Amino acid sequence: MTEVALEVRNVHKRFGALEVLKGISLAARQGDVISILGASGSGKSTLLRCINFLELPDEGDVIVAGEIVAMKPASGGRRVPADRHQVDRIRSELGFVFQSFNLWSHMTVLENVIEAPVHVQKRPRAEAVAEAEALLAKVGIAEKRDHYPSHLSGGQQQRAAIARALAMRPKVMLFDEPTSALDPELVGEVLRVIRALAEEGRTMLIVTHEMGFARDVSNRIVFLHQGLVECDGPPGTVFFNAPSDRFRQFIAGHHGAR
Amino acid sequence: MDFVFLWECIVKIVPGIPTTLTLMMLSVAAGLVFACLLAAMRLSQNVGLDVTARAYVFVFRGTPLAIQMFLIYFGLAQFPEIRASVFWPYLREPFWCAVIALTLNTAAYGSEIVRGGLLSVPRGQVEAARAAGMPRMTLFRRIVGPIALRQALPGYSNEMILMVKATSLASMVTLVEITGLAARIISETYRVFETFLVAAVIYLLINFLITRGVMALEWWLSPHLRGAPARPLADLKQVH
Repeated sequence: MTEVALEVRNVHKRFGALEVLKGISLAARQGDVISILGASGSGKSTLLRCINFLELPDEGDVIVAGEIVAMKPASGGRRVPADRHQVDRIRSELGFVFQSFNLWSHMTVLENVIEAPVHVQKRPRAEAVAEAEALLAKVGIAEKRDHYPSHLSGGQQQRAAIARALAMRPKVMLFDEPTSALDPELVGEVLRVIRALAEEGRTMLIVTHEMGFARDVSNRIVFLHQGLVECDGPPGTVFFNAPSDRFRQFIAGHHGAR
Repeated sequence: MDFVFLWECIVKIVPGIPTTLTLMMLSVAAGLVFACLLAAMRLSQNVGLDVTARAYVFVFRGTPLAIQMFLIYFGLAQFPEIRASVFWPYLREPFWCAVIALTLNTAAYGSEIVRGGLLSVPRGQVEAARAAGMPRMTLFRRIVGPIALRQALPGYSNEMILMVKATSLASMVTLVEITGLAARIISETYRVFETFLVAAVIYLLINFLITRGVMALEWWLSPHLRGAPARPLADLKQVH
C-alpha cells in the first residue's frame, strides 16, 4: 500500500451566506494524478486553494504527508492557522500553478525560479541556479532564462511558472486550471509538460476543463457538484460507466460546447 | 540686461543652495519614513489606526504649509511648557521648525503615493509568493516592496519637486536659503525682477537634476518594462 501524500477531510468553505464546499474528503496517494472536474461554481478551485491555505477552510483538516495543519479559532467564528510557520512550511512542500501564471513581473524567468529555493528554503544560490536551468530545459524554455515574464507568450509563462513550482521540490503539485487563460494554440505545449510530469510519477491534483487530457493522464477523476464529491474513481469507470446523471450531463455539455 | 548685476546675484544666492537642499533632503527622507508608517496604518485592518491616519492626511493636506510653519515656529513659542521642554533647543531654531513642517506636510502627501504603490501590486503575484511559503517579511522585501517602489517612483519624484519649491517658504520663518538670500538682495538693491529671476533659474536647475536622477533610477529599476533582451547572433544563425 503506497503512502498517502495529501489528504483533505470534511473540508467546508463558506463565502458569506454561500457555502462553496460542503464537506469534501479526498486522499491522494504517492504518484496519484487526480483530475478534478466540475462546472464553474462547483468549488473545484476553492478546494485547491483551501489545500494550501490561500483560502482558509471553515471546517475540516488538510493533511500533507501525514502532518495535520493545526488551526485555532479566531474572532467572528473563523478559524486561522495556529502556527503561521507551519503553514509556510507546508506551502513550500506544495507546488501551486495558477490559472493566470502570476510570475513575479520584476524578475527574469531564472530569478523567478530560484527565488523561493534561495529565499525560502535557503539553498545555496549556485545550486538553485543549476537546478533552475535544468528545470527550464525540461519545460522547454531554457533560452528564455534572462527574459522578463512580459516578454513571453502565455504558454511560455505558464511553463516558467511550472518550473518555479517544481524548483521547490514539492511533494504534491497543484494545478488550478493551468490552461484556461491560454490561447487555444498554446494549450498543447503546457499540457505536454504536465503530462511528462505525470509520467514521472509525480503526485498531482489538476483542476481542469480539458476532458480528453484528464482522461488520458489521470489515474483518478473526481467530479465535484455543488460543493460535494459526486463521482470519484478511475477514468475508465467514471467516463464510460458514469453512475451519475449529473456527470453525464456535464460531459455532454462539454462535448456540445466544443 | 545688467549682466554684472545678474552675476552678483548668482554669486550671492548660490551659497543658499546647500541650505535649500539640506531642508529638502532631510524632510523628504524623514517624510518618507513617516509616509510609510501612515500608509501602513491606512492599509491595516485596524479601524482606529486607519481613521487616525486619514485624519492626519486630511488636516495636513487641507491646510497651507506656510501656516503650519508659522504655527510651529511662532505659535509654539507662546507656550511656557514648550519653552521648558527638551524640544525647545530644536523648536526655537527656524531650520528645525522648517524641517518639521516640511516633513509633516510631505508625509501626508507621500502616504497616499506609497499607499497607491502598495495597492498596485498585483494580487496574483502576492498569492504566488504566499503559495511558495514566503514568510511575510520576505514577501514584503522581495516582492511587494520592489513592485510598489517602481509604481510609486513617478509620483514621488513629483513630490520631491514640490518639496524643493516648498523650501522657499522657510524664508518666511527667517531662514536664509535661496529665497531668503534673494529677498535680502532685493531689500538692499530694490531690483526685484533680476534677483528673483536668478533664484527661479536656480530652483529650475535643481529640479531638472532631480527629475533626471529619478528617471535614471526608474530606468534602472524597470528592466522588465523595456524591450526583450537582444538575441545573440549565434541564436539567429540556428534559426536560419
